[in-house]
Amino acid sequence: MPIQTGNPATPPAGGAGRLDDEARARSLSPTMLVFKRFVRNRLAVVGTVMLAAMFVFSFVGGIVSPYKQEQTFYKTGAVWKEYASLSVNAEFRYSVDPGRDLPTAARAQFILAMNAGKPDFSAGGLDYRWEEIGEDLRALYGSTEIAVGLPLAGAYTFTAAPGADFPDGLAAAASDALGAGLDAFEWDGGRYALARSGKRATVSALVEIALASARVFDAFTPKDEPAVAEYAFRRAALFAIAGGADTFSYDGRTFTVGAEGETSVVHEISPDGERTEFAMLSPYIAQGVTPDIRVTVAFKDAILDAVRAREGSFSYPDPDGADREYQLSSPKPDTYTVKRETLTQLYDVEARPSAAHWLGTDSNGMDMLTRLMHGGRISLMVGFIVVLIELFIGVVVGGVAGYFGGIVDLCLMRFIDLFNSVPQWPLLIIMGSVMDTLEIDPYARIYLLMVVLGILGWTGIARVVRGQILTLREQDFMVAAEAAGIRVSARIFRHLVPNVMPLLIVQATLSLGGIILTEATLSFLGMGLKYPLASWGTIINAATSIYTMTNFWYLWIPAGMLILITVLGFNFVGDGLRDAFDPKMKR
Amino acid sequence: MWKFIARRALLAVFIIVFGSLICYAVIRMLPSSYVERVARQRSTMPGSPGYQVILAQLTERYGMDRSILSGFGVWGANALRGQWGNSWFFDVPVTRKFADVIGYSIALNIITLFLEMGLCVPMGIAAARKQYGRTDYAVTVIALACVSLPVFFLATLLKYVFSIKLGWLDLYGVVGRYYQQLDAFGKLKDMAVHMIMPVATLTLANLGGLTRFTRTNMLEVLNADYIRTARAKGLPERVVISRHAFRNTLIPLITYMSYLLPGLFSGSMITETLFQIPGIGYISYQAMTGGDIPFAMFYATFLTVLTQVSLMTADILYAAVDPRVRVQ
Repeated sequence: MPIQTGNPATPPAGGAGRLDDEARARSLSPTMLVFKRFVRNRLAVVGTVMLAAMFVFSFVGGIVSPYKQEQTFYKTGAVWKEYASLSVNAEFRYSVDPGRDLPTAARAQFILAMNAGKPDFSAGGLDYRWEEIGEDLRALYGSTEIAVGLPLAGAYTFTAAPGADFPDGLAAAASDALGAGLDAFEWDGGRYALARSGKRATVSALVEIALASARVFDAFTPKDEPAVAEYAFRRAALFAIAGGADTFSYDGRTFTVGAEGETSVVHEISPDGERTEFAMLSPYIAQGVTPDIRVTVAFKDAILDAVRAREGSFSYPDPDGADREYQLSSPKPDTYTVKRETLTQLYDVEARPSAAHWLGTDSNGMDMLTRLMHGGRISLMVGFIVVLIELFIGVVVGGVAGYFGGIVDLCLMRFIDLFNSVPQWPLLIIMGSVMDTLEIDPYARIYLLMVVLGILGWTGIARVVRGQILTLREQDFMVAAEAAGIRVSARIFRHLVPNVMPLLIVQATLSLGGIILTEATLSFLGMGLKYPLASWGTIINAATSIYTMTNFWYLWIPAGMLILITVLGFNFVGDGLRDAFDPKMKR
Repeated sequence: MWKFIARRALLAVFIIVFGSLICYAVIRMLPSSYVERVARQRSTMPGSPGYQVILAQLTERYGMDRSILSGFGVWGANALRGQWGNSWFFDVPVTRKFADVIGYSIALNIITLFLEMGLCVPMGIAAARKQYGRTDYAVTVIALACVSLPVFFLATLLKYVFSIKLGWLDLYGVVGRYYQQLDAFGKLKDMAVHMIMPVATLTLANLGGLTRFTRTNMLEVLNADYIRTARAKGLPERVVISRHAFRNTLIPLITYMSYLLPGLFSGSMITETLFQIPGIGYISYQAMTGGDIPFAMFYATFLTVLTQVSLMTADILYAAVDPRVRVQ
């Protein structure tokens, strides 16, 4: 870079020999003069470099960055998630004969009849009957009236129902049973029910439809599951348990039943006498949270052991043999939830700086460096647009006041005094609070904020312009302009204002820093820009939470440093420009 | 002289009246749904007098049912009689809340002002004595860095270093946990310790302006002929600086101080909020973010009056010292 950053007191390399006529003539060009003076000021050069770096960072960085402003990142992490549940089964579970049907209405009527102690009930136009087989086993029958009998000389005479078959042998058996005072009897492999009303007796044929039991069947191995689900197997097992039998057979296979407390275990005896665990009957239901989780009997046992031991956690081996930790909790009585650590996709929030994310990620899982780049864009853009608004109002008001002077000047200056007396911060905070209450769109907020900041800040520029024009308008070139008959507006804005330009540039550069500070402070207080838009102020707003401030320095210190560097850059450059434009008014 | 004071006072009154008129107009121009919504939120809080009462109170106090000008008349008449209404946020009269909290702000700002004078004036003079020297560059960089440092970032950095990393100072508040158990001296010490970080923040944040002002003024004086005369007489440099030069910079300095005071009060809002010092700044911040219109109106008027009184004092002081100002 051909910029001389040496001590301004020492002459440039080459000494006095370089100051020949040609060099002198060149250095007398006003722009060149200003540039040379600016470049000789070390602070101004440092400030220029700082600003250039910030502009590159914000405007080029956003393009170069591989991530987007609102892109969120994920990581996989272990989270305790619900895996299975265990509950005590207090209700009857029905095993229905595959060839029959037990409608829901019939099930409800069965419960009602059982509570009322009545053996017969009907649902949906059909008659049913239930019988208690054992302590925990009820059999449900469909019942069809087949005959009505009347006592005649000590014996019953039966009249078959229309369309029903009522053989003589059955009549005799029914007579005997009635005589013995029985409710039901068996004949020729069929079961029949008797009901008396007055002298009349009705005979109904019973067909077994279903078994009701509170016990839950679990197969030990998946291949036995279809067999365990079979109605015939369940019937055989339940009847064996209810009858107190040790063995039963089903499908040509032999099984033994052994009770251990409230659970019963069914073993299969192979023809060569080998016992294998086949099924378990218990009053507990264990289910996985998703259908693909199969809760094995052994796992269920492990849960039950932990429940009985009142433990909060237990371990159980995985299929590959490694022990795995499970957590047990009871959200309500007789219900237990089993949780285990599961790998899940999570937002990668507040990640430490790494190769992928040089400054980590923020509390939304977005890349910090990219947010800073885009935030810089918004912060700088807000600064520039607000300065443009300020310049526009300030040049018009200051130009008019300075050119016309007198009463116009007096009024405008008093108006500026008035305007300056209105406290800025209360207004800005009320504005922010109103925008919060009305839930203004974050993008509309930026424009509103720019306009408000511009309207609040133009008075400084107006004063500078006015003061400068007051002296300029007395000069000869203005007399010439007036003599040439140029319009007033052209005289102000084409002849006077360009002469104020240097001062305007200085003023604008210096106020840019102030605007960026104001915007950042407002955003920091939560009154300025809003998420998802990033500005340096909103990013550093994270530090209002002590937790973030304490634990994640990379979430707020970089943003603060960027604000500092940018504002300092503007101040250095503005200061340097002022010196360069007007050497008499040296800093 | 009296004529000048009268003119200046008249201007101050004019600006105070129209300044508060602007504040009033801004608040009146808020969407009416906002006022109603705030009143509704207020009325749902426990112990509140109810939505209709709050709305009626607001209408009466602020003349909401009139035009802006006559409404301002109603509000102004009430305000002059000292009736500023009840704060919505704190549920006590605004003036009582103000009297409760202003002490903290005055203490904070006065300490800061003196500390600032003690730091900035020597720095400015040192920089001016060796213009473009090492000291000058250092002072300029420090001053500009202080101007450029966001107050909230400075405060957060101080908290991070001194409270969290070093554990020397408390993060928040104006008294410690065991304040009530301490004796009188201990109480004073406790409060002083809690003031360290807020005062440091405010001082650093305002360091730049005063330093550069001192330096510019000092440079102007040092280039004056009477300084050259003093040096030509062979006076020691120490005497030239302290007797001849510094005394002449005092006048602009003292007037600058009175400009500084209102700026300190409005500027200490963020500092007080960050350190939760229950002064006027923090209290107003809470009130304003909570949509407390009576308090916001009061705070805005307070700042306007304070600014105008300070500016007026500065102008009159200046006029008293420099007769040329009076003539204009």
